[in-house]
Formats: sequence, C-alpha cells, structure tokens
Amino acid sequence: MELVCPAGSLPALKKAIDHGADAVYIGFRDSTNARQFAGLNFNDKRASEGIDYAHARGKRVFCAINTYPQPDGWQQWKAAVDRAAGLGVDAIILADMGLLDYAANKYPHIPRHLSVQGSATSHEALSFYKDNFDIRRAVLPRVLSLDQVRGVAKHSPVELEVFAFGSLCIMAEGRCYLSSYLTDESPNTRGACSPAKAVRWQETPDGLESRLNEVLIDRYGPGESAGYPTLCKGRFEVEGSVYHAIEEPVSLNTLDLLPELKELGISAVKIEGRQRSPAYIADVAGTWRQALDRVSANSQHFSVEPAWNHTLAGLSEGGLTTIGAYHRKWK
Amino acid sequence: MMKLSLGPILWFWSKQSVFDFYGQAAEWPVDTIYLGEVVCSRRRELKPDDWLDLARDLKACGKNVVLSTLTLVESEADLRRLRKFCEQDEFLVEANDQSALQVAIRNNLPFVTGPSMNIYNTATLKILARQGLQGWNLPVELGKETLAQLIAELEQEGLDLPAEVFSWGFLPLAWSSRCFTARHYNLPKDNCQFRCLEHPDGMELRSRESQELFRINGISTLSGSRYDLMRELPDMERMGVGTVRLSPEHQGMADVVKRFDQVRRGEMPDTDPLQLVEAPPCNGYWYGKPGMDFLKESV
Repeated sequence: MELVCPAGSLPALKKAIDHGADAVYIGFRDSTNARQFAGLNFNDKRASEGIDYAHARGKRVFCAINTYPQPDGWQQWKAAVDRAAGLGVDAIILADMGLLDYAANKYPHIPRHLSVQGSATSHEALSFYKDNFDIRRAVLPRVLSLDQVRGVAKHSPVELEVFAFGSLCIMAEGRCYLSSYLTDESPNTRGACSPAKAVRWQETPDGLESRLNEVLIDRYGPGESAGYPTLCKGRFEVEGSVYHAIEEPVSLNTLDLLPELKELGISAVKIEGRQRSPAYIADVAGTWRQALDRVSANSQHFSVEPAWNHTLAGLSEGGLTTIGAYHRKWK
Repeated sequence: MMKLSLGPILWFWSKQSVFDFYGQAAEWPVDTIYLGEVVCSRRRELKPDDWLDLARDLKACGKNVVLSTLTLVESEADLRRLRKFCEQDEFLVEANDQSALQVAIRNNLPFVTGPSMNIYNTATLKILARQGLQGWNLPVELGKETLAQLIAELEQEGLDLPAEVFSWGFLPLAWSSRCFTARHYNLPKDNCQFRCLEHPDGMELRSRESQELFRINGISTLSGSRYDLMRELPDMERMGVGTVRLSPEHQGMADVVKRFDQVRRGEMPDTDPLQLVEAPPCNGYWYGKPGMDFLKESV
C-alpha cells in the first residue's frame, strides 16, 4: 500500500517525502482545488521545484484539480489541467466530468485519479468513471463502512485509495452544500468549507463564541477547548437538547484497520490535511511509514504501537481519534 | 409555458400517506411527478413494485412520471433496487448518483438527472447528452447567472436539454452514511425504529440563538428555511427554464401547486400561501448569495 501525503507548501512537500511518503498531492494557488486557503498551495515555480525534489528521490506528485468549474471558470480550470501536464505531475486528481473528459482526451498518458469529490460510492459509479474517462484510481468517500469498502473493492475496475488519517468529513463528498448555504462558498464551487473569511470569534459573558457568517456554531465554556467552526461540528439545538447534532469534532484514524485494508487490495492510504504545517506532515508521514512497513512485513501479526497512537492523538483535532465511518457504531 | 413538477418525496411517510398524497396530486395541475425513495435505503414502506404500480396509475391520469433513484448508493442491496428502476423501459429515470448513470447507460435507458448530480458546466452536459440525458436539474447551490450561461451555451451547441430548477421547499443539502434522526434518539442506524415516520417534515435544527439552520431528515440534511422562487418565475420563463420543481410537503401542497400554476400563467396568485409547517423563506442561492439569505426585492 502506498502512503499518499498532503503538501500545502514546498517545505511540507519535502517533509512528507523525507519522512516516508510514496506520493504527495498538491494544488494550485486558487479555487481549482478543494483546499483553497490564503497563503497555501503552489505557484508553477514552487510546484516545479517540488516535483524535481520528489522525482529525484523516486517519489511521485499528484495534482488536485478537484473542484467544479462553472461556465465562468471553465478556461481557468482547463488551464490548470494544462499547467499540471506541463509541469510533469504523475497524476491529476479530478472530480468534474467535463475536466476528466478534457484531460483524458488531451493528456491520455497522464493517469487520472477520481477525487473523493467525484462522489463515487459504488463499483457501478466507479465503472461509470472508468468507462468514460479511463481513470486509473479512485479515492473513496469517508462515508463508507469497512464492509462497504469491501463490497466496492471486490468489483472495482480501478485502484482504490482510502482516507487513513485527518479531518473526518461525514457527508458524501462532492454533494454537500451546507457550507454554501451558510456562506457563499462550498467545496464544489470554491474549494472551501466553512471558509475562514466568514469566521468570527467573540468573547462574551456566556463564553467564547464561534460564528460562521454570523451564525452561532458553538459556544465554549471555561476549560472547554475551542475548535475551528466547521459548520457540521458545532453544537445545535434539536427538540430542546443542545448537542453535537451532526458530528463531534473528531478526526479519522484507521491505523488498526491496516491489515484489513491490505487484505482488501486497497492500493493507497491517504492522509488529509494540505492546510497543516510541515512539522505536522513530518510526524504523521513518519508514523504511517512505520505502520505501513510493519504491515507489509507481516500483516498477520500487526499491532498498533502505542507510541504511534500517542503521536497521532497529539496531532488530532480535539485530541481525539476515531475510526470514523469505517466501523458502524451509531452510524 | 413552463412545466410544473413534483419532486420525489424527501421525507419518510407511511405507505397510506404516500398513496393519499399522490391520489390528490393526480388532480393537481402538475405536468411531471417524480416517484421513488431518494434518501434512505432503510425506508421501504413502498417496494419498487409499489412505486411502479403507482407510476402506472399516475400515468393513466395523464401525468408524465419519472422514477427517481437513491442519492447515496452504498451497498449491493442499494444497487439491486437501483437496477429494478433502471432495467424497465416504461418510464424515464432520474439518476441521482453516478451508479444510476452507469446502470441506465448500460441499459440504453434515457434518463434525466436530479439536483444532487454534479453538473456545473456545459462540457459535463455534453458528455451525458451523448449517452441518453434528456433533461437535467440545476444543483441547488447554483444560481441564475450560471444557469443563464449554461442555457446559452447549450443553445450554441444545438443541444435540446431542458433545465429544471428546484423552486419551492426545503433544499436537500447533504447526505451521510450516518443517520442524524437515529443519533437524536440515541439509536444505532441499523435499529433506528424508523423514527423518521414521526417527523413527516423532518426535525428542526436550530442554533443556540434559536436561528433555524437545518432540517434533519434521516441521513440527509435540508435547509432550515424554505426555498421559494415563486416571484422569480417570470425570470425563469425569460431564461428558458423548462420545468419548475416543487418539493412535496405533507400539508398545504395543493395550495402551493395552485399558486405556482397561476403565476406561471401570468396571473396573480389569489391566495396567501397556506403553510402549515412554519419556516422562514430563503432564495439566496438564486442570486449567488449564501443559500439561507432572503432577498425581498428582486435583484
């Protein structure tokens, strides 16, 4: 299984490669990718340096162009595909059918990976993308349970990559409009969920409040640790009870599923977090490298080192980790 | 004149309520009716054959009937139900995910796409048109400017692909493998006791300042405000929109249909909206604003 790590900057890319990533994924500095953050991502010069760095060490670079262009943006998004091709990336991660078609026709030699934003949750959906755009690999949404991943893997016409660690998106990706409902930006349209420009923090007598476009997402009492106001992770009121009505602010960690993922024939595990620091990427990549080497040497007797979980827990949102949707508890 | 459609029922209603609803809808001035379970694979008050029987009855009443597929397809069982709809040739199918696209295309069945299909540009529409696309819904998060460009580009391409716009009702905004209704009742999804049946228009989710944000409806999350583009109908007509979609609610729907029918005929609606489910209005998406916004004056 390959280790695919995020890189939001050149230093992060180098850290990922140095600490054991088999491939890194990057995006351009605009809304053509699903992690549009101020100060993040690559211009052509930096991307070129990063690609050289990775290739010199026998590693690969994928470019994510995984938002959905509207008529206004079509030329810009198409140009992003041209730029990625010109830079010599090893694969382009795409979601939009129009762009997949463009890339398949113009650059048939560059592998196409279906982004998680392509909303493919069954082997029939994967066949649609394979038949139409000859994708080589697909990233599965984080909504599937391990049994469902098994079902998809059994009949999948393409390589599969699954999310291993990082923020946990509990909605089917590529068709979640919660963010554009409260703000004017969504992952599909602008590569942003709960965008920072709409966030406001305020100390009040009732506690520290986090707001998104003035909507109260959460309020923290003394001693409670505050998290970024991702809108689905706030505390809301339903029929008189106030609780995390959609999802707790927890992160995904699938370390202990590694032997099963290997047995299912999963090709790659993906670390989320292009918005994270180089130091974070180094720690996560290093930990996962060790775990993957261990499972590859002997998956029968694989066990998770307490030190790995300790490292990962220290890096996780809210300090918590979960196996997320892969196990069916309350899901 | 633009067509009026009744979208698929997004809520979980008893079998009798569903039959009663469509018994009345057969008399309403809607042109197209979408039938089928599009939200949760555990909702099986009606079996695929029940939906097909209902479809034949409504067709006999002169309605154009379309069979809608599940939005989040996760299991082999979901695929089996999907094939049941995509391997018949009496009715058009509304594909709500790429699994449905694949099965419809493989069976050479013409299809339309629902508002959850990821269609943001003309290139995408052209690809699907080659494979049997007959019409499409604008994703709910897109507005009139994008739609006008898409319609103009389709015209330039010589493609006759009528656009449908979700125009009234709570907006379907997200689908999860998790069930938020079951979560509210501290029940596992696999043993949810079908508590959605107790909430025929979902459960209100409010901020701690009592702002109506969303409606929880099983695995789906809908808008807390009701999308209402009635005043925008003349705009849509000028732009060349083919169909105006109204999303079923269990009360007051006859009146909603009547009003939209009057407006599409250029008449002033003669009644105030009878809305037994209280909710604020919204129309932000249409104007390129946050979806929850409500612009009182046309922009």
